[in-house]
Amino acid sequence: MKVIYTDSLVIGGGLAGLRVAIAAMQRGYDTIILSLVPAKRSHSAAAQGGMQASLGATIKGEGDDEEIHFADTVKGSDWGCDQDVARMFVNTSPKAIRQLSAWGVPWSRVRRGDREVVINGEKVIITEKDEAHGLITARDFGGTKKWRTCYTSDGAGHTMLYAMDNKAIQMGIPIHERKEAIALIHEDGVCHGAIVRDLISGELIAYVAKATTIATGGYGRLYSITTNAIISEGIGNAIALETGIAALGNMEAVQFHPTAIVPVGILTTEGCRGDGGLLLDKDGYRFMPDYEPGKKELASRDVVSRRMTEHMRKGKGVPSRYGDHLWLDITLLGRKHIEKNLREVKEICEYFLGIDPVEEYIPVRPTQHYSMGGIRTKPTGESPTLKGLFSAGEAACWDMHGFNRLGGNSVAETVVAGMIVGEFVADYCAANALNVSTSTIQRFMKQEEKKITDLLVRDFGENPFQLKAEMQKIMMDKVGIFRNGEDLSQAVEELKVLNRRAKKIALRNRISSSNPELVEAIRVPKMIKLAQCVAYGALLRTESRGAHAREDFPERNDRDWLKRTLTTWKDDSADMPEVFYEDLDVMKMEMPPGSRGYGVDNTVHHPDTVKRELEIEEIKKANPGADRFELQELLNPIPIPEKFKGKNERIGRGFK
Amino acid sequence: MSDQERVLKFQIFRYNPLKKGDKPRMVTYEVTEAPGMTIFIALNDIREQQDPSIQFDFVCRAGICGSCAMVVNGQPTLACRTLTSLYEDGEIKLLPLPGFELIGDLSVNTGKFMRAMSERVESWIHDTRADDVNYEKLEERMDPDVADEIYELERCVECGCCVSACATKRMRPDFLSAVGFMRLARFALDPRDKRTDDEFYEIMGDDDGVFGCMTLLGCEDYCPKDLPHQTQIAYLRRKMVLIR
Ligand SMILES: Cc1cc2nc3c(=O)[nH]c(=O)nc-3n(C[C@H](O)[C@H](O)[C@H](O)COP(=O)(O)OP(=O)(O)OC[C@H]3O[C@@H](n4cnc5c(N)ncnc54)[C@H](O)[C@@H]3O)c2cc1C
Ligand code: SF4
Ligand code: SF4
Ligand code: FES
Repeated sequence: MKVIYTDSLVIGGGLAGLRVAIAAMQRGYDTIILSLVPAKRSHSAAAQGGMQASLGATIKGEGDDEEIHFADTVKGSDWGCDQDVARMFVNTSPKAIRQLSAWGVPWSRVRRGDREVVINGEKVIITEKDEAHGLITARDFGGTKKWRTCYTSDGAGHTMLYAMDNKAIQMGIPIHERKEAIALIHEDGVCHGAIVRDLISGELIAYVAKATTIATGGYGRLYSITTNAIISEGIGNAIALETGIAALGNMEAVQFHPTAIVPVGILTTEGCRGDGGLLLDKDGYRFMPDYEPGKKELASRDVVSRRMTEHMRKGKGVPSRYGDHLWLDITLLGRKHIEKNLREVKEICEYFLGIDPVEEYIPVRPTQHYSMGGIRTKPTGESPTLKGLFSAGEAACWDMHGFNRLGGNSVAETVVAGMIVGEFVADYCAANALNVSTSTIQRFMKQEEKKITDLLVRDFGENPFQLKAEMQKIMMDKVGIFRNGEDLSQAVEELKVLNRRAKKIALRNRISSSNPELVEAIRVPKMIKLAQCVAYGALLRTESRGAHAREDFPERNDRDWLKRTLTTWKDDSADMPEVFYEDLDVMKMEMPPGSRGYGVDNTVHHPDTVKRELEIEEIKKANPGADRFELQELLNPIPIPEKFKGKNERIGRGFK
Repeated sequence: MSDQERVLKFQIFRYNPLKKGDKPRMVTYEVTEAPGMTIFIALNDIREQQDPSIQFDFVCRAGICGSCAMVVNGQPTLACRTLTSLYEDGEIKLLPLPGFELIGDLSVNTGKFMRAMSERVESWIHDTRADDVNYEKLEERMDPDVADEIYELERCVECGCCVSACATKRMRPDFLSAVGFMRLARFALDPRDKRTDDEFYEIMGDDDGVFGCMTLLGCEDYCPKDLPHQTQIAYLRRKMVLIR
């Protein structure tokens, strides 16, 4: 039995995993990163749009600060987020972006003087201040009050990931590539590492660690059409679920992005609309202002996706052999802008659609994009139920996004969570000894070996590729943008059947080393379990919140549903997960539930909301001289690590 | 996108070095073309419908991550963004990218090569103060044009096409290659990196470095991100010649 020991094991080499590893290494702990692919190929590289940080350097970001970023984030989440975490996040994001700048990200900078931009379909001139020249600039994104999304031309994620991986290489952090964690090792409620399969040799290796962090990204590939990479299959979430102890949070919260190209689902960034692009229907008519006169194309993502779907249901979609779609028009931005700031979009249009977006409209449709749900953690990043298991990035339900995340807040989360959770991982390494018996490691190893042997000897059975396609279709058709009780019940039943069938997979290619069919056979049963968590959670949640939109329960119902869904899978032989709930405490909220300001407000309010509003008024009255920092301390004291507590400087206002 | 259905003929290099007795060979597969089909879609179709053992690497399937470079009808390129409709006679021959360790079939270990490259060129900002920066304060300013220029050179996706197209690399196994030169040019341009020309010389001032390059520019021809190899290699060379 091959065993590798380390202090901090990080599963996932995307932005979040790399940053956690760097933090633990900086504090002197041995760290190993595992990744399915070379770290620089992780899906973080695909983020084109940018990262939200309230630097307020561009003139259109003037006046921005943590308070406004906080309010946008909480509203965006439809009050489903953990406000302590959202607070830690907005306070740390400016530091994270400045650190990345020192580590090499060539963020696009403010250029003094006039420049032409497109706002609300019109060309306007804005004038950047002299004193802002050379600072990090920002663009507009959906659901934000200020221009806050910092970017590198069209390659924010790419440059962030390269800088982060380069930093890890500089620090000599080992990254074991082409390795897949397939089970967690745990005993008596403590996690001790993972059983890992080498994707080339097929060998199973036990990685034993004090702290284990899952940073494996999202689970978009549960759906047949998604913007996500083909490795975004949620296996990290699944192995946490399979412990029976760690819980997954809000799995039904799945975001659809308004503008992926038809049919393949590759994303065109929100930057297209942020920079002034418009959505048009089959008549070339700009329809979003009719639905959302305020934010129009730049309403929150979930809102725009639903409005587009509604509009297509009215017969206004452009028919095609792949079903209806709408148009994204960026022609008005001009060649120069597109070739510099939206070049990746241009390349995608040229290669995959054979069109030039400078001249032609882009066929788009809302498409699965982001997983708000994930491994439920405390604000420290640790699972509340399985000690020593941490999670960060899209894989986690740290819960700053609640039921809808804002564009640009995700890559920001990966690095901020990486910084914060990384500190707590290091603390955990300092406070705990490596303490696990060989027999425990052996037991987990044997269990995984047996599963693989069973697969390799079975003569007849199910085809894993087929099972996966069936699952993806169910999710797409029945657990999509708009949901209803009938479809969801069917999805839950059909997935249950798939779960049973997935226990009898047989292979055509029966070798244990490098074998894509075996990889699929190991993953598919796990993916089906996750799909069941999503579908079942969606069926039970009889309200609409953020990206979870129930046609049969259109109102947001704070009275009954201001709670986080938790899902566990205690008994491996069961064919359904267990679901329970965790209340969000209105009386502790810095920002009690209100209206997001889209469409009609039909919220069923929580009885505590008014109480808390009054309480906040009282607190404000009792402390008339308190500045925004003191007020925040009174309303929402949070456990931010010492290192990141300081105030952030901005031009024109210093540290105020 | 054409609507007519045709049957594509894929000739694919097959060899699994880990399988005892396996020998390199070309195998032909037939696939019915679909509108908008890419080599990514076709290969998955082959894996799912015909031969589940076939190995290849895709991650983003959008031409962004650099995982899927292979030799398509003699030319190294990103397979995921290559439409099958580009090939008029419907015959597509796929070989693994040469110059890298073969994992199996069309899968090669570019990751290992690129990590070694990054370590060799020390692909990070060299500034002893970088770790003591106070992140609460305004970031250090940078000229907007310089930021844009750095990004232009950082668009490399480490796909390895330039390496596989380089004649010098074939003769000199330790040749740094265009991807390494591009990375060096990127850091040499960056005012945050405090390395001196002498320090850069140590890394590339020999025949395995920029003096070994024959400027035949296979790299520039095949780079899927259209990076300016010619100008950057010339720039590095001038810079290095001035030193000694
Ligand atoms: C097309 C696209 C564009 C986007 N644009 C933006 C944007 O502009 N702004 C923004 O804020 N957000 C954006 N997002 C979202 C954002 O990019 C992601 O949420 C974020 O990058 C996720 O980072 P991560 O580190 O959590 O995971 P990832 O970057 O997905 O990394 C996951 C890592 O885990 C590894 N892994 C997975 N499973 C295993 C396993 N079982 N064993 C070992 N390793 C494993 C993988 O190899 C990989 O290294 C975009 C997303 C998409 C799909
Ligand atoms: S110019 Fe020719 S020799 Fe030099 S790196 Fe490019 S391909 Fe290789
Ligand atoms: S320089 Fe171009 S060809 Fe070479 S690895 Fe980078 S992207 Fe690929
Ligand atoms: S799969 Fe990412 S570039 Fe081809």
